[in-house]
Amino acid sequence: MSAYNFAYLDEQTKRMIRRALLKGMAIPGYQVPFASREMPMPYGWGTGGVQVSAAVMVPEDCFKVIDQGADDTTNAVSIRRFFQATAGVAVTEKTAEASVIQTRHRIPERDLRQGQILVYQVPIPEPLRFLEPSEVETRKMHALEEYGLMHVKLYEDIARHGDISTSYAYPVKVEGRYVMDPSPIPKFDNPKLGMAAIQLFGAGREQRIYALPPHTDVVSLDFEDYPFQAGKADHDCDLCGAGSSYLDEVITDDAGGRMFVCSDTDFCRERREAGHVGALGVEAVA
Amino acid sequence: MKDTERAAIAQRPLLRVEGVSRRYGARIGCAEVSFDLWPGEVMGIVGESGSGKTTLLNCLAGQLAPDAGRVMFDTRDRGMVDTLDMSEAERRMLGRTDWAFVHQHAQDGLRMNVSAGGNVGERLMAVGARHYGNIREQAIDWLDRVEIAEDRVDDRPSAFSGGMRQRLQIARNLVTGPRLVFMDEPTGGLDVSVQARLLDLLRGLVREMGLSAIIVTHDLAVVRLLADRLMVMKSGHVVETGLTDQVLDDPQHAYTQLLVSSVLQV
Ligand SMILES: Nc1ncnc2c1ncn2[C@@H]1O[C@H](COP(=O)(O)OP(=O)(O)OP(=O)(O)O)[C@@H](O)[C@H]1O
Ligand SMILES: [Mg+2]
Repeated sequence: MSAYNFAYLDEQTKRMIRRALLKGMAIPGYQVPFASREMPMPYGWGTGGVQVSAAVMVPEDCFKVIDQGADDTTNAVSIRRFFQATAGVAVTEKTAEASVIQTRHRIPERDLRQGQILVYQVPIPEPLRFLEPSEVETRKMHALEEYGLMHVKLYEDIARHGDISTSYAYPVKVEGRYVMDPSPIPKFDNPKLGMAAIQLFGAGREQRIYALPPHTDVVSLDFEDYPFQAGKADHDCDLCGAGSSYLDEVITDDAGGRMFVCSDTDFCRERREAGHVGALGVEAVA
Repeated sequence: MKDTERAAIAQRPLLRVEGVSRRYGARIGCAEVSFDLWPGEVMGIVGESGSGKTTLLNCLAGQLAPDAGRVMFDTRDRGMVDTLDMSEAERRMLGRTDWAFVHQHAQDGLRMNVSAGGNVGERLMAVGARHYGNIREQAIDWLDRVEIAEDRVDDRPSAFSGGMRQRLQIARNLVTGPRLVFMDEPTGGLDVSVQARLLDLLRGLVREMGLSAIIVTHDLAVVRLLADRLMVMKSGHVVETGLTDQVLDDPQHAYTQLLVSSVLQV
């Protein structure tokens, strides 16, 4: 462990990333360029998120990692172990106990509170990229607040599918100014983006950082006649019976058997421990 | 309309060009070009290949910075403003509201991976339209005006013929009711029969909407049909200017005489 600096990155790099984070906090939704470092894991494994976590981490932190809501995927486990090894911080699976949560693709069901930090791993930070491949042009569009193109994307959605079919990485406008990609979270999570915790977004390969300070005004883009809808599976969790959580569909056998379970494993476990039981669940032995 | 009648209606020109010059290193792109364009007027720019037509048009439309000169536009809120002094934000705003630019190659002026409806709707959304139903209705209406069937509204331009693409580009540009349209060889590269239909359509739209336009072309038939006035360029300089019929029927400058007699391959 002593072979590494605290949280792996050297202090100078962390300072550089913190400066980018502060700038991001000062201009919510604005993509700040930063000099992304090589991390001992491949891109696509959340190197942007890992660098941000490393830059904000202190020895007293309690760290949690989720991947699509789950604490136990290979990706989540390896990032958690990485910081256990390089920073010696406490780790947890409990949302309520964590001070820093790194996430891929979800916001925890439980409301985050002031003092907590949610770090997102971001693959493609540029919401306009889909229709405008030129980086020079997209930067100009942000600078001049030319966001008509974002609605062209939503228009195309409706024209093709009869509805705004974008269900992940649903674009938002931040504080009435910058259009931002909230990373590939389901649009179900968009209404939570105005939370009390600090949200930091790190894109490693694309070398961008952006941020949302607590209680930021975040609005999901839409049309007057096609208003934004958070959307949710028409089902309750089969394990804990929750009626308002984001669900994953799980195939249970070869005969087409399937069940719906909370994607947030900690939320589901807590509910079962508290005695809630879903249609296919068994009572937890508390 | 005669110039005197027009002057009585409009107190001042829509566009005033003063001494616009642009070099490429030692080579002259265009030199010392000055003219006024009045509201509702269509100006044709003709001349052989390399004479500076595109350079001039791009300088006027804010796509290329001239080395010298002024390009004054009669803005809605501030009156005559030198567009070269405008902030980039202001100039780009003009570019999607009062100005329109029709490229020779439709794919340069279209989003090829966006449906026809989305292409036409983009300018509406760019100026704040947020009602899907209305945007779509206007898009379909404009497709109809450029003779593209309603059932093509969700097709991408990549599935369109050259003539259709050009008509789509025109619809996309005109949907927000611009006051000034720049066109660079709008019929270039199209079959003769397709050209004729496009010209017809353009003439109808220009008249109906009372558009002011600057049209660059090799093709004297295009200016004969569309332009009220004509500027003839040679080696970056304007060598003759006047009412279209006068210039074509009674050219004064030797170069124009050659041009009109088709001795020059233009
Ligand atoms: N990007 C450039 N770099 C250097 N020289 C250029 C450039 N663009 C144009 N020129 C030169 O400037 C002169 C005017 O060119 P321009 O393209 O304006 O002519 P044009 O009248 O539009 O010709 P065409 O009818 O072939 O389109 C030519 O001599 C041309 O070679
Ligand atoms: Mg040209």
